[in-house]
Amino acid sequence: MIDSCTSCLRRAFLVAHLAPRIAGLLGGRERRASGLLALPEDELLAAAAGEGVEAAVEFLEALDTEDERERLSAGGFSVLCTHATAYPPLLRQLTDPPAVLFAAGREETFAVLREDPAVAVVGTRQASPYGTEVAYAIGRGLGACGVPVVSGLALGIDGTAHRGCLDGGGVPVAVVACGPDVVYPRRHRGLHGHVCGSGLVLSELPPGTEPYRWSFPARNRIMAGLARLTLVVEAADPSGSLITADFAKDLGRCVAAVPGRVTSSVAQGTNGLLKEGAAAITGTDDVLDELFGVGVRRAPRARAAPSVPDDPLLRGVLDAADRCSSVEAIARATGRSAAQTRAALGRLEADGYLVRRDLGGWERAAC
Amino acid sequence: MLAAVATFTLDGVHAQEVTVEVDVRRGLPTFTLVGLPDRAIRESRERVRAALLNSGLDFPQKRLTVNLAPAHVRKAGPSFDLAIAVGLLAASAQVPPEQLEDCALVGELSLSGELRPVRGTLTAALGARRAGYGRVLVPEANAAEAALVEGIDVSAIPTLARLADLLHGRWTPGAVRPAVADPDEARPEGPDLADVRGQEDAKRALEIAAAGGHNLLMIGPPGAGKTMLARRLPGILPPPSFEEALEITQVHSAAGIGNGRLATERPFRAPHHTISPQGLVGGGARPMPGEITLAHRGVLFLDELPEFARAAVDALRQPLEEGSVEIMRGQRTLDFPANAIVVAACNRCPCARPPDSCSCTTVELARYQRRLSGPLVDRIDLVCQVEPVPTVELVGGPNERRARSAEVRARVVAARMRQLARLAGTGVLCNGDMDGRLTRRQVPLEASIAGRLLAVRDRIPLSGRGHDRVLRVARTISDLEGRDLLEESDVDEALSYRLDSWERIAA
Repeated sequence: MIDSCTSCLRRAFLVAHLAPRIAGLLGGRERRASGLLALPEDELLAAAAGEGVEAAVEFLEALDTEDERERLSAGGFSVLCTHATAYPPLLRQLTDPPAVLFAAGREETFAVLREDPAVAVVGTRQASPYGTEVAYAIGRGLGACGVPVVSGLALGIDGTAHRGCLDGGGVPVAVVACGPDVVYPRRHRGLHGHVCGSGLVLSELPPGTEPYRWSFPARNRIMAGLARLTLVVEAADPSGSLITADFAKDLGRCVAAVPGRVTSSVAQGTNGLLKEGAAAITGTDDVLDELFGVGVRRAPRARAAPSVPDDPLLRGVLDAADRCSSVEAIARATGRSAAQTRAALGRLEADGYLVRRDLGGWERAAC
Repeated sequence: MLAAVATFTLDGVHAQEVTVEVDVRRGLPTFTLVGLPDRAIRESRERVRAALLNSGLDFPQKRLTVNLAPAHVRKAGPSFDLAIAVGLLAASAQVPPEQLEDCALVGELSLSGELRPVRGTLTAALGARRAGYGRVLVPEANAAEAALVEGIDVSAIPTLARLADLLHGRWTPGAVRPAVADPDEARPEGPDLADVRGQEDAKRALEIAAAGGHNLLMIGPPGAGKTMLARRLPGILPPPSFEEALEITQVHSAAGIGNGRLATERPFRAPHHTISPQGLVGGGARPMPGEITLAHRGVLFLDELPEFARAAVDALRQPLEEGSVEIMRGQRTLDFPANAIVVAACNRCPCARPPDSCSCTTVELARYQRRLSGPLVDRIDLVCQVEPVPTVELVGGPNERRARSAEVRARVVAARMRQLARLAGTGVLCNGDMDGRLTRRQVPLEASIAGRLLAVRDRIPLSGRGHDRVLRVARTISDLEGRDLLEESDVDEALSYRLDSWERIAA
């Protein structure tokens, strides 16, 4: 579907053309390009083009929008401008909404974004195992409830949230800082494909554009704009995730955070948000409460909780496994020999009561 | 006049026969040495000359040519001194040559004519016996070691003059006692398992590893006792048989690290993680045995496994699969024995702090674990955690009876006997050495257990290789319990020792 007026398309290609120059302008600490992106075309040219203004004007004159439309349509991309009816209405509330959204993936997702409130799940690339676990569980829970999960396809929390959403059978929406067909980071090539298959990868930059430093905070405003609620799972301070939270605050949307360990560097940002009054999230149900009101909707259980084993030895070991971190400690707590404890642990794992953690250790199977 | 004397040199850890041919004829006095000798052998001309003169013997002022046959093999070391000197004596008619026909000689000379000990005497004596010699003449200090070889007469030679007397029949050396430890003499006490408080889980894993010859990985923070536990593994392995003890002594004699006596305990080697691939599997311009060979029939302990160079760990693939190392040098291939149990240790994560204060990211964790993948980890059957023992238990606590190494060893020996009987004729000695095909044939599963393992594969990511590992370990647990058929609890326990996060990474 190509639904874009010529002036919007011109604007989008102009931004892409000026992208390297914007990168030069925004050196150092000033990383947000929102001010620039809100300017009308002539002022944007004046502000960003510098001595390249003639080249930029030439580029605009040479730009054949019909040609580009054909090329985009042949590439299978969806293109929506702010004037299109399918353009996500929430996004129009931004002071500088992207003129055009270029998207790869399932077009129906735009309709879902109009109907259902979406949640942005964002966080650090240097995620801890704890953050990874929570991001996956919430992504999966929201996916299972049919709530679209918006995130940035980055390493760490972002990618994990997408994965969880995919595993929950939900609709993932990835907002990227490059063209929608460009895979960044490269390691997420597979994930990029899966997101395209079940949801959308979208961007304000046309296909083929490489990412720039400024385009990451710029896409953060789109994530915040698309979502009713922005959930930060783990974030350092300062960080890109906090920028997303700031955009959400400015839009008057709900901001939520997952509490972290106070000594952990990747919990500084989230704990800071909580102190400022962000909603504290401990599971999918908390997110649903914030979105729909307390108790209105509940996350479906992935699996029925496993029944308690009949054998008293197994039951004792299962209880002890909750409290103890090593086989040694479990054996001590239950008063059994190491061999008996091992056999019981193997049995419990084989029967699905316990799962293995990385590099040894067990924990109760999630229900 | 011409004379030929037999000697033996080390080829890896095996014996290589070398014939020292000496030609003495009239002409300008020169001393030529041919047959690819190294510096040490070329210098032996000076030692031989001085030793002969200082022993009251004659150094012929003639044209002397010494050839070390076979001429195409490079030779090294000072152990040819004695054979060259005696060859000269025979060629210049100072000793009766016919006395030397049934003899092999090894030894280094001092300028005074005394004999100095050399490396690899045990191997030389073994080689001499195999080649059919009836007598081997060795330096006094090496005699007890050479006398370990039965069926060959060993003479301890103190000096070159005494040797001349011996060949003339003017002196008879005393009988040599083989260097076997006196059974009445108290055996040196190795570290005992009973010294370790707590750690019952790790001790159980060690017992299974010893009983089945399985490789073991211990995961735990620094200071939890991983090294302490690993050091106690040789003490619970079955004592080496005479043949195994000979192999161990032979390797150590070749490497020059033995004490000259027959090994009574299995070796324990713990190379530092900065070791090179050559250091680990052997090599060098003059190939020397590596750590895996020095640990032959014993234990090779690799602490901080992820810190080892990738190339070094990967080089262990062949020895782990075949029990020996082949090293190519020039046109020749050397063969070192290398059959050891590998015990590896690592931390749970790069920061090595307890789980509730660990600050590692998932990316760091994945990178750390990826460093552990590869051929070595593929051959590890058992994984156990080692956590620090609570202080209460360390300083006092209930003084429960802790099993001594000797008790555990008795159970291990019984389990090994069962395996030997079952595996007779397969060329494999213990469960840990069984390959996949042999495992499936040797571990008959009752239908109920086979079905159970199949069902488990839905929940537990078990590769084909992982499946075999579980069966091997279950078989050993069953052997320890003295059972012929596996029971469910054996398989359950074996499942708990497997390591699947690597399989997950590999997937």
